[in-house]
Parts: sequence; structure tokens; C-alpha cells
Amino acid sequence: MMRPARKTLWMVAAFVAAGTLADAATDKAPPMPRYRFVNYTTANGLPDNHVYSVLVDGDRIWAGTDNGLGVYENGKWKIYNVKDGLAQQAVLSLALDKRTGDVWAGTMGGLSRISGGRIDSFTQFNSGLSNDVVYGVSVEGENVWVATAAGACRLNLDTGEWSLYNERNTPMVEIWVYGVSAAPDKVYFAVWGSGLLEYNQTTGGWDKYEDPDRETEIVLFKDQGLIHDIVSSVSYVDKIVWASTYFGDSRYDGRYWHNFLTKDSGLPSNFTNFVKGVDANHAWFCTDKGLAYYDGANWAVYKPSLTTGKPEMTVRDAQGNLTHIPVATAPANNYILGIDFQGGDIWVATAGGLSHGILQSQP
Amino acid sequence: MRGMPGNRRGRAGLATAFCALAAAVFGVAMWNPGTVKAAAGGRTGEHLIYASPVELLFSPDGARLYVLCNQSDEVRVLDGSTYSVIKNISVGHEPRGFSLSPDGARLFVANSWDDTLSVIDTRTLEVVATWPVGAEPSSVVEDRRAERLYVANRISNDVAVLDAQTGAEEKRLAAGRGASYMTASPDGRRLYVTHIYPNPSPHRTPPESEVTVIDAASAEVVDRIPLRSIAGVFHIAFSADGRLGVVAELHPKNLVPLTAVEHGWVMEDTLTLFGDDVGDKTVEIPLDDLESHAARPFGVAMTPDGSRMYVTSGGSEIVTVIDVPRLLRYVRLNRRGIAYDLSASGNYVVKRIAVGHDPRGVALSPDGRRLLVANRLDDTISVIDTRSDCVVSTIALAGPKVISALRHGEQTFYTARYSFHGGIGCANCHLDSTFDGLQWDLEPDGLGRDIVDNRLLEEVKDTAPYKWNGGNPDLPTECGPRTEKYFWRSENYDDLTLADLVLYIRSLPARPNRWRLPDGQLTPAQERGKAIFERSVDNFGRPIPLANRCAFCHSGPLGTSRKSFDVGTKKETDDSGLLDTPQLTNIALTAPYLHDGSAATLEEIWTLYNPHDQHGRTNDLTKDELNDLIEYLRTR
Repeated sequence: MMRPARKTLWMVAAFVAAGTLADAATDKAPPMPRYRFVNYTTANGLPDNHVYSVLVDGDRIWAGTDNGLGVYENGKWKIYNVKDGLAQQAVLSLALDKRTGDVWAGTMGGLSRISGGRIDSFTQFNSGLSNDVVYGVSVEGENVWVATAAGACRLNLDTGEWSLYNERNTPMVEIWVYGVSAAPDKVYFAVWGSGLLEYNQTTGGWDKYEDPDRETEIVLFKDQGLIHDIVSSVSYVDKIVWASTYFGDSRYDGRYWHNFLTKDSGLPSNFTNFVKGVDANHAWFCTDKGLAYYDGANWAVYKPSLTTGKPEMTVRDAQGNLTHIPVATAPANNYILGIDFQGGDIWVATAGGLSHGILQSQP
Repeated sequence: MRGMPGNRRGRAGLATAFCALAAAVFGVAMWNPGTVKAAAGGRTGEHLIYASPVELLFSPDGARLYVLCNQSDEVRVLDGSTYSVIKNISVGHEPRGFSLSPDGARLFVANSWDDTLSVIDTRTLEVVATWPVGAEPSSVVEDRRAERLYVANRISNDVAVLDAQTGAEEKRLAAGRGASYMTASPDGRRLYVTHIYPNPSPHRTPPESEVTVIDAASAEVVDRIPLRSIAGVFHIAFSADGRLGVVAELHPKNLVPLTAVEHGWVMEDTLTLFGDDVGDKTVEIPLDDLESHAARPFGVAMTPDGSRMYVTSGGSEIVTVIDVPRLLRYVRLNRRGIAYDLSASGNYVVKRIAVGHDPRGVALSPDGRRLLVANRLDDTISVIDTRSDCVVSTIALAGPKVISALRHGEQTFYTARYSFHGGIGCANCHLDSTFDGLQWDLEPDGLGRDIVDNRLLEEVKDTAPYKWNGGNPDLPTECGPRTEKYFWRSENYDDLTLADLVLYIRSLPARPNRWRLPDGQLTPAQERGKAIFERSVDNFGRPIPLANRCAFCHSGPLGTSRKSFDVGTKKETDDSGLLDTPQLTNIALTAPYLHDGSAATLEEIWTLYNPHDQHGRTNDLTKDELNDLIEYLRTR
């Protein structure tokens, strides 16, 4: 079966190719995916407009908001909150256990598992969870990896054992872990102020990646490592690491780094909340000034105008040429916090609602 | 009051007379289905191995009867008509559940104590594979496509999904606590899983259980049917058309004082109905009637024509016969509150059939004409004619012909005959000789006073004194006068029976600990935890007073000094903070914790209930160290 990310890529490529044939003569901008955005807010059932996280689970869409966990299915929202067993109402992160179908929710008050409608919650008081503020969660095999405000942890679902990772047993200097991305070979942690940590699942060893120039506001050594030690998010896919910071983003292939900054890429802002790789060469960047897509050479940015609020789509080609694409819709807010893929569509968590980007054929 | 149980016996006597006539008509030997009798005559002190049948299966063509023998670790294969022995097949330790593949070619056996699955080729009747599975596998089902095996694991509270050809584990699905019994829907699309311990719920709230529903195609949990106020769920059965599902279960009333033994029951025996025949919501119905219980319902079956439902009750040693059309008419008219109407069963129960000691699993012959019942503590199988609903013969399985003192003690443990209206027995709260995960308000300390968590019985023999307040100096006191006065309220044990009961309880071993490594070594985390358990100096270099060290109170191989201490956990409802030190045997299994069950997990003992370090010096520990300590405790 084709993996969702691959499927997304192929569908996007197919639509883009169709558009290329139709528009090649009139549009010099590289073909980039176009979407019609449908936005969900409290006005149509979303529990809160502050959406911190989004997860696609087949036909179900999970939205982690400031006031509960919403699941959108068959045109209706179902809301889970503390009274249903959710650890806390503010849901910061979501992960799907693809083997079991269980959904894991990281909240401001613990970690919850939603399984067949039952919610089991783990807190720092009733379990081995290191801290109740759960910024990130990732499921790999029988292990649930958790990023918290006091280190990272791993819950082995078969044994129930919690393993904690912090300044005492890893190279982590700061223990404010913002994100985690787990794969069978390696697990990466985005650590606020302590760079990127790599855990080798085979050897049990740790590696640490930091800003090589150690400067907080400037980049002296471009493409030599992380742009900054405050890492906000990490996505590990096809053995490629995509890492975001509040000062620019990076791609790391295990040997070479490539940095992305607003001054020399299509990033709309260096302040990036979240990054999600589609594969080794394609990724989405969720910034405070819009949603950006990178196809390995070209960029597209989707946002409501920062001045007028009108929908905007901007394409930047590999040579730095900018093209404004007329569009009628945009994500609900330019402050983007998360993204997930549903076939060729995207679902976007923003500070002003949840947005469904429906892939369009090129005009 | 003492005369009440006689009503049950009297009715059983009439039924016996009727059935004896029926048996004579059928020309078969009639076994006398009496109630428990002290086995003074044949009593022996030897440790004998009995068959202890717990589950039964007919082959699809009815030619063979498979009998799962829990104590002799066997599957016995009998001729499906004559019941003559074809072969005895040795399997793993303490087999608890088994099932046939849909094509009947393979028989899968869940061996609960050695965590394996035995695969038997039904043509050769040989074990062809033994596969490792999760912790305490208790039942197993293969999907219709012969692609996956599903195994319910009691200790790991999950359902393992295995490759049906290789046994390789694909994943585990979160089930209810103490996942145990599993049944496929008639169309094979769904699997329904029960669990014997209640799921975690807030302290002193009604217990909550579920039926976990698994989609066989995706191997994912797709629903959880809530069972409110239920703790202890056993077999499930379906009507042939799949429109009616039924669950055998216990409905404890542990939030009220145990005085209610005489005031309206402390433990109901109920069924929950679900499916299209009863609508969108489940319906809970009582099995008991006003004057007697059907204690500890376990096995359940429905005839192919959907007319009859049969439920075994281990404590009452009966099979209850329910007229299904009448039942459905009744529940459609009276949906609410049926479970609390103890006269309700008169509307649908048509017969109580006396069988042997601790009847468990049942099997209907393919034509639906015979219902076979496994009498675990008799080594017999009752054969019931479903037209007359009478026991027409009893199959005696090979094994010891005398009843050992131990066996008699076990029969006493599992029967409900001694309690008022036959309502409860030891095994009602100590399910399968363990515990129930509940907290009870026992009368001697006053109503609403001294709420106590039920404790595990494994390795209990050398842990005197007993009770949380250490008030009972020995097991004869614990099990004799105290139990008779406050629990049974109907009948006392004779000296011999009490001695045998105590002998049985003293014999209960600890289940294998699943957190220890196979070679007995400790993991690094467990080693670190052990050092914390045994430490004498805290993280600041200060000596820890002797009485504040874990290993002082929880000393010795069982983890108890057998002395009482005040560890600062006294609640407003407690008369004293002085509490007996509980043993640590298999402590990982027995949540919730503390004397009143207020700590939902081991962690909460120290994160919530030890603010002043009275329950050991722990507030200097980092979270990592507390996790290590808990990892070590799980190995005890």
C-alpha cells in the first residue's frame, strides 16, 4: 500500500503536471500545488479556534485545540474533554499508532490515549511520565516517545515501563523538549535551547546537533549545522531530518546540512512553529507568517495577507523569482501551528481555526 | 434465614426427580447432582492432580469433544457421541482457553502460566507448534481468513495479534483490565473481548468494565461497549443470527456497607444483552431471584434456534435456563432498572439445573440437542438434554477418585452455598483465587468506616496477621468466624471444612512474575530501583531512619515484616492509621494501592500520598529514581 506521504506527493505531482500542460505558456512560475481552503471555527463546531495540532486518521480528522480534542467525521464534530478522561483541555500534540489505530494526545496536563472511544490518561503523578506538559508525541512500534517540559520519555506499551531521558543520561543541557519524531532506526528530539538530539535505536547511543556558531541571532556558518539551539520541531522521514527553529530551518541528510532562511529561501518567516517532511525532498513549514511548501527547489506560501487579510499565494522559484498567484481562499490564520496530509489534501492547524486545503487542478 | 438455601435445594430436588425420570427414559446413567458435601469419607492429605475441566468444544461435525483440563495441563479428546477417550494431549501450564480454527483443522490452546500458545493438528492430535505470547494468555481466536490469531492476555491487559501461520506477534491492542475471554460474532467480522478486573475509575465510584470490540479485518479496536457498575466479566455468546449478544458478569455493590448481605444483596449476578434484538443500548438483567442467587455466572450459550439461553453459575453449581423470546419481550417493555429488580428473572428464567462443583465452560452439540457443562472441581461433564433441560448423563473424566483435603478446600472456596441466599463465596471477590480490584466497606469497623482494598491471596500463607488492621492472627480466624459472621450470615463451616479451606488458601502459589528477566537477573533500571529500596542514606547524604527505609517494613522474601505501621495514609473515615504491612507478591498486578485503594497506581503512593515521608523516605527522589523504584517493585 502506498504510504500517505508518498500518496500525497504523487497526487500533488499529478495535479501540478496537469496544470503545467495547461498553463505553461502563460504562467512562468513553477507549478506548485493550489488549494481551496475550507476553514472550520467555533462557528461550525470546532471546540476552540486556537488549534495547536492536527492529525489525519483516514476519514477522521483530529484537532487538538485550546479547549478540547475535536474529531471531525462524516461532517460532524465530536469533542473530547476532561470530563471524558482527557488529561487536560489544551491539546498540544497528536500522534497515530498506525498499527492499532489508537490516537495519542499530548496536553498541558498529561498524555492521553484514545482507543476505541476509551481515554486513558497518564500524568506525572499516576505514571512514569516525566512532566505533565507534553509538547510532542510520536509512536514507533511498541514504544510511545514523548517530549515534555522536563525531558523526554519512552513508554513501552508491552511492558508498561517508562524510560526517562534528561540531563542526567543524555547530552541534553536544557530539558525543555518541544518535539519528537521516531523511526525504527533513530529518534530525534527538538530541544528548546539544547539543539537536536538523536537517539540510535540500535546502539542506544546519543548524538547532539547544535548551532555551530553558537550565536543566537546571526548565522556565521551557513549549512554547517542547525541555525539555532532553540529547536521548535523535528520531522524524520526517509532518513532525512527536517528541523525548525525560531530563527530559520534546516534539512540534514546525515552528512550535509542545508539551512533555510527568509533572506535566501521562500520561507515567509524564520519563526517556525512546526515542520513536517513529506519525504526526503519535500516539506511543509508552519510559520508565524503563513504556511510554506518546499518541493526541493521551489517554494509556495499560503496565507491571509498580513495587512489586508485577503487570501494570498506566493511562488518563489529556485532563482528567487516571485510570482503572486491569485487565489480566493487561504488558511484561517497566518499563525500556523501544525499540518497533516490526507491524500492530496492538507489539514492545517492555525491560531484562528482549522483549515482544510483541498487540492485543486491548475487553472 | 438458614432455611432459605433449602429452597434452592428443594427446587433442585424436584428438578432432579423429573430429570431422573427423563434419564430413565433415555436409558442413561444418572449422576446425582448434589450440592457441596464435606468429603470426610474420601478425604486424603495427598496432593493429587485432577483434570479440572474448564472449557469444552465440539468439532464442527460433532464427532469429537475437546476438553480443556486446567490442572492436568491437557486437552482430552473424547468421542463426541460415546464420550470414550480418544487421546490426552499435553499442553502448557494452566491452560485457560482454547478454540478451533474456522476449518477445524487446528486447535489453539492458551497456556496461562507459561505464556505460550499450543497449536494442535486435529488430524494427528499432536502439538505441532508452541508459540510465545503475552502475559497470562487466557483465550485465543483465529479469524475467518486464517490470517491472524487474537490472544487475550490477562496480565498485560491487551489482545495480541499474531500471524496465524507463524505465531509472530504483529501488535497488541489495548483491552480491558484482566483481558480474558473472547468470542467472534457469528459472521466473524467482530471479536468481543471481556476482562475480569474493573478498568481504573476514580476512588469510591462504581466500577467500570467494557466489552472490547475488535474489527477482524483491520485488527483494530473499533468500539468499547460500556458495562457500568460491573466488575468481573466472563464469557460472551451470540444468537446464531448475530442479533443478540449476551455477557456473563458480576455486579458488585461495593460502595455500600456489607450489611446489605441481608438487605438486598452485595453482589448481583447479571447478564448484559446487546445487539439489534435489544436496540442501540445495552440492557442489564439479573440472573438471581428473590430468594437465591445464581452466583458467579461464567459460561453462556444459546441454542441454534434462538429459543434458549444457558448460563453456568460456578458458585451456585447450577445452569440457568432462559427462555429467549420471553426475555426479549420483557426487556423491550421494561428497559430501565431491570438489573435492580430482583423479581425480574421470574419473567424469563424457566429452570435452574443442578450440576457439579464450579461449573465453567459450556458447549452445545452442533445440532443443539445437547449442552455439555464442564464441572471444574468434580472432574465431570454434565450432559443436558436441551429438549427436557435435564441432566441426562454425567461423564467422569479419568483422574483421582478420592477428594483430597486440598480439593475439598478448593470446592469450599468456590462454592456460594454457605452465604445468605447463596449469594457469594470466597471466589466472588477473589476471582480465580486472586483479587477483584475493588474496595469494600466491611461492617465490623462501623458503617462507612475503614474502607479496605481487597488483597491478593498468592503466597498468603506466611504473611499473618491478616486484615489491613492486622486483627486476625491466623487464617482459620480470618476464614472462619470472621467470614461466617460478616460475609456468609447463613451457615458456618464444620471444623474439617474450615481446615481444608485454610489448607487450600495456604497452598496458593504466586503466579510467575512477568517483570523479571527469564534468567532471574534484573534490568539496569530494576537494579537501580533495588538499590533505592535497600538504601540507608538519602540523596542529600543524610541517614534514613530505620523505620523510613522501604526494606525495613517490606522485609524478607515476601516483602512484609508482618508488623503494623502508621505510614501517614489515615483518612477521615479510618479509625486508626496503624496498618498491617502488605506483602509485595506480584504487587504490579494489584492496583489500586494503599489500604483503601486510594492510590490508583504505584506511582501515586509516593507522588500523592506520602507528603511527609512517612511511607518511606521518597521525597528526595527524582522522577527517574521513582520510576526505577517502581520497576524494581514490579519484580517482587
